Amino acid sequence: MSKRIELKSLDVYYSSFLAVQDVNMVIEPKAITAFIGPSGCGKSTLIRTLNRMHEVIPGARVEGQLLMDGEDVYGPDVDPVRVRRQVGMVFQRPNPFPTMSIKDNVLSGYKLNNSKMSKTEAEELTEKALVGANLWNEVKDRLDKPGSGLSGGQQQRLCIARAIAVEPDVILMDEPTSALDPISTAAIEDLAVELKEKFTVVIVTHNMQQASRISDMTAFFNIAGTGMPGKLIEYDKTEKIFSNPGQQQTEDYVSGRFG
Amino acid sequence: MATSQLQSTFQGTRDLPRWVSPLMLVGFFLTSFFLQSALASGADSVEINLVPVAVFGLLGYAVTLYVLSRIVEGVRKATDRLVTTLVSTAFALALIPLISLAYTVVTNGVARFDMEFFTFSMRNVVGEGGGALHAIVGTLEITGIATLISVPVGILAAIYLIEYGRGTIARLVTFFVDVMTGVPSIVAGLFAYALFVIFFGPGVRMGLGGAIALSVLMIPVVIRATEEMLKIVPNELREAAYALGVPKWLTVLKVVLPTALAGIATGVMIAIARVIGETAPLLLIAGFTASMNYNPFDERMMTLPVFVYTSYANQGVDMQAYVDRAWAGALTLMIIVMVLNLVARLISKYFSPKG
Amino acid sequence: MTDVKPKAVRRLGDIVFANLTFLAGISILLTLATVAAFLFAQSVPAFTGEPIEAAENGFWAYVFPFIFGTVYASVIALAIATPLAIGIALYISHFANRRFSQILGYAVDLLAAIPSVVYGLWGILVLAPFLTPSYRWLNENLGWVPVFGGQVSATGRTMLTVGIVLAIMVLPIMAALIREVFLQTPRLHEEAALALGATRWEMIKMAVLPFGRPGIISAAMLGLGRALGETMAVAMVLSPAAVISFDMLTSTNSNTIAANIALQFPEAGGNYTNLLIATGLVLFGITMVVNMIARWVISRRAEFSGAN
Repeated sequence: MSKRIELKSLDVYYSSFLAVQDVNMVIEPKAITAFIGPSGCGKSTLIRTLNRMHEVIPGARVEGQLLMDGEDVYGPDVDPVRVRRQVGMVFQRPNPFPTMSIKDNVLSGYKLNNSKMSKTEAEELTEKALVGANLWNEVKDRLDKPGSGLSGGQQQRLCIARAIAVEPDVILMDEPTSALDPISTAAIEDLAVELKEKFTVVIVTHNMQQASRISDMTAFFNIAGTGMPGKLIEYDKTEKIFSNPGQQQTEDYVSGRFG
Repeated sequence: MATSQLQSTFQGTRDLPRWVSPLMLVGFFLTSFFLQSALASGADSVEINLVPVAVFGLLGYAVTLYVLSRIVEGVRKATDRLVTTLVSTAFALALIPLISLAYTVVTNGVARFDMEFFTFSMRNVVGEGGGALHAIVGTLEITGIATLISVPVGILAAIYLIEYGRGTIARLVTFFVDVMTGVPSIVAGLFAYALFVIFFGPGVRMGLGGAIALSVLMIPVVIRATEEMLKIVPNELREAAYALGVPKWLTVLKVVLPTALAGIATGVMIAIARVIGETAPLLLIAGFTASMNYNPFDERMMTLPVFVYTSYANQGVDMQAYVDRAWAGALTLMIIVMVLNLVARLISKYFSPKG
Repeated sequence: MTDVKPKAVRRLGDIVFANLTFLAGISILLTLATVAAFLFAQSVPAFTGEPIEAAENGFWAYVFPFIFGTVYASVIALAIATPLAIGIALYISHFANRRFSQILGYAVDLLAAIPSVVYGLWGILVLAPFLTPSYRWLNENLGWVPVFGGQVSATGRTMLTVGIVLAIMVLPIMAALIREVFLQTPRLHEEAALALGATRWEMIKMAVLPFGRPGIISAAMLGLGRALGETMAVAMVLSPAAVISFDMLTSTNSNTIAANIALQFPEAGGNYTNLLIATGLVLFGITMVVNMIARWVISRRAEFSGAN
C-alpha cells in the first residue's frame, strides 16, 4: 500500500528554465514528509513531479530519476494517468466538483473513469472513504447534497476522501490548509497524522509550526535569487531540522530570520 | 479657524434647486409644441411635426440650463449638466424605437393572431383568411437542422480552442471565428446556393440549403458562447480530475462540459434566437411557397421571416389582408425570439452550478 | 540540449477526442475558404457567359452604384449610431445606478434580438410615414445643404430613413462593446480624478474616454460591418433607382448590394444569377476587410468580441 519514493539527481524544467536543480532524497513510506522553504523555491513544483501533474503545463519536463518502490515513474512506457491513480493529490484550495453530490464526489475517481460498481459496493466505499477523512458523521445525512454546500474545511476533507477512495499508495498535499481557518486546519492536521498509518504522505507547507507539529521528515528548499533554480538545502528528521539544523540557511529560515 | 474657512468655501458654491431642471424640461417641450402648432396653423398644412418639437424643446432646455447653471454654479458644473443632458438623451432616443416597435407589432399583429393563422397554410388563399402554418413548420425544421449541425461542431471547435489548441493554427481559428461572425447573412445564403447548384443544378431551392446557410451564421456564435463558458471553468477542477487519474478527454467530457453546461445551453438558445429571424439567406435558397412542405430535402420551403416579407412585398388585391398577415407573422416571430431569450436567461439563472 | 518530450504514452480515447475537436476547429477555416471558393466559382459565368441585359456596360458599371449605396447607407448609419452608442454606454456605465443600469442593458440588448424583417416592416409602415413631415421641413428650411436638397420623397422611403433604421440595428452591438470597455476603466484612475475634485464629466474626459478610445473605434468598425451586410430592412424600406446620388431625402436612391440581391435573386435566371453572386462576392470582400480591421484593433487590446 505505502511506497518508498526515491529522487535521484532530479532536475525540473519549464521549457528551458531550470526550476529545481539536482534533488536527491528518499521519501519514507508510512511517514509524513514536509517540504518547506520560501516562496518560489520550487517545493510546489517538485511535489507536482511526484505524480507527473506538472506535465499539465506545456513544456514542463524532468531529467534524472524518480523511483517508486524501485519502479521508474518516468519510464518510457509509463502512462502518467496510471501514475496519478496511485498517487493522490490534495490542492491549496478545496476543489470538489460543483456538479456532483457529496457521494459522487467521493466516488468521482471511479465514476469519471467509467468504472462500474454495484450499489452496495459504492455505499461501502463512500462510507469507508468519508470515515477515513473524518467527515462521515458530518455528512452522512446529506450524501446527495452538492459538495459545494460544505464549509471550506469540510470541502478539503471531502477532497481528501475523494483522493483516498481510489486507494492510492501516496498522498500529496500542496499547502492543504493555506485557505482554511485555524479550526479546520487542526482537523486536517489530525487527519494527515492518521493517514500516515496507511499511506506515504508528502506535504508542502508555508507554515513551519505545521511542519514541526505533524511531519516526521522535513526537507528545506531555497533559491539563491530570482531566476535561479531551487535547491534542496537540507533533508533530515523534523526534530533535527528545527532544533539543530546542519546548515546556516536552514537555521536562518526556521528561526524566522527570513522567508 | 480652519473649519470656518472650509465652511465658507462650501458656501461659495451655490447649487440650483433640484426642481429647476425637470420643470424646465417640461416647460420647454410644451412651449416648443405650442409654437410649432401655432406656426403650422398659420401655414397651409395643419400637420404637427413632432420631430422639430422634440429637437427645439430639447435644445431650448439644454441651452437655458447651461446658461443658468453657468451663472449660478460656474462653468464646470454647467458643462457637467450639459453632458448629463446629452447622455440621457442618447439613451432615451434608443428606447423610443424599442417601445414603438413593440407597440406597433403587438397592436397590428393581434388582428390576425387567431386559430386560423396557426392551423392553415396559404394554399389557394386569395385575399382574406389563410395562415402561416407552412411557414412555422418550415422555420422549425430548418432552424432545427441548423441547430443539429451547429451545436456539435461549435462545441467541439470551442473545446479545441480552449483545451487543446496551441500555436498558429489555434490563433488562426480564433481570428477567423471572429471574422465569421461578420459574414453578412445574404452571403451565407449565396454560399448555400452556390454549393447546392453543384449537386442539383441552377435554380435549386431546398430547405436543407437554408439550414446550411443558417449554420454558417450560427456556428461562430455557438463557438464564442461555449468558449466563454469553458474559460470560466476553474482550472482547479481539471487538476482535481487529472490527479485522480482521469485521462484528459474524460476530464473534458465529464467534468469541464457538465460544469459549463448551463452557460452553453444559454448560448445555444441565444444563437437560435439570432438565426430564427434570418430572412435574406432563406429567401435565396429555401425560397417561398404558399403550400405546406414537410420535406427539407426537396423543393421550396416557406419560413416565418420570409412569410412576413412576401406577405408585405407581394400584396394581392385585398391589401389589408396581406399586411395584417405580415404583422401577425412578425408578432409570432417576435414572441418566439423573446421566449428563446427568456428561456436562455432562466437556464443560466437556475441551472448554473453554485460555488 | 535536446527537447525531451514527455514520453509518448497516449490513450486511444485522448487521441480520438483531440483529433475530433481539431477537425471541428479546422472546419471553420475550411468553411470560410469554401464560401470564398464557391462564390468565386459561381461568379465566373457572369463574366464568361453571354452578355446580361441588366449589366450591358459590364460588371463594374453594374455593381458600382450598389457599392456606393452600400457604403453611403452604412456611413449615415454609423454617423448616427456612434455618438448615440457612446452616450448609451456612458449612461449605463457611469450615470445610471447599478441595478437600474443592468435592466437598461437588457433593454438595449433586446433591440439586437429583433429580426431584421420586423425592422423592415416597422421602418416602412411606421418610421417612414412618421419622418416624412420632418423631411419636408428639412427640405424647405435646410434645402441649401446639398444632402437635403432635391425633390423630397412623399413616402419617406429615403436613404436617411434607411440610415436611421440601420443605426438602430447596429446600436446594441456597438453600445454593448463600448460599455464593456468603459466598465474596464481602472477604478484607480476614476477615483484619482474624482479625488482631484473633478466633476463627473471631467472624470470621464480624463479617465474613461482616453482609455476607451480603441474600443470605440473597433465598435464603430464592427457596426460598419453589420450595416454593410444588412439586407431585409434596406430591401423593404428603400425606394431604389440605378443612380449614384448623395441626396438623402428623395425617392431616387442608390440601392445596396445586399438589398439588390434580395430583390432580384428570387426572379433571376441564367447567368443573371451568377452576376448577383459576383456582387455578393464583392460584398463579402468589403465586409471581410472591415471586420478584419476591427478584430485586429480589438485583439491588440483586450479580450472581448461582439459574438456574446
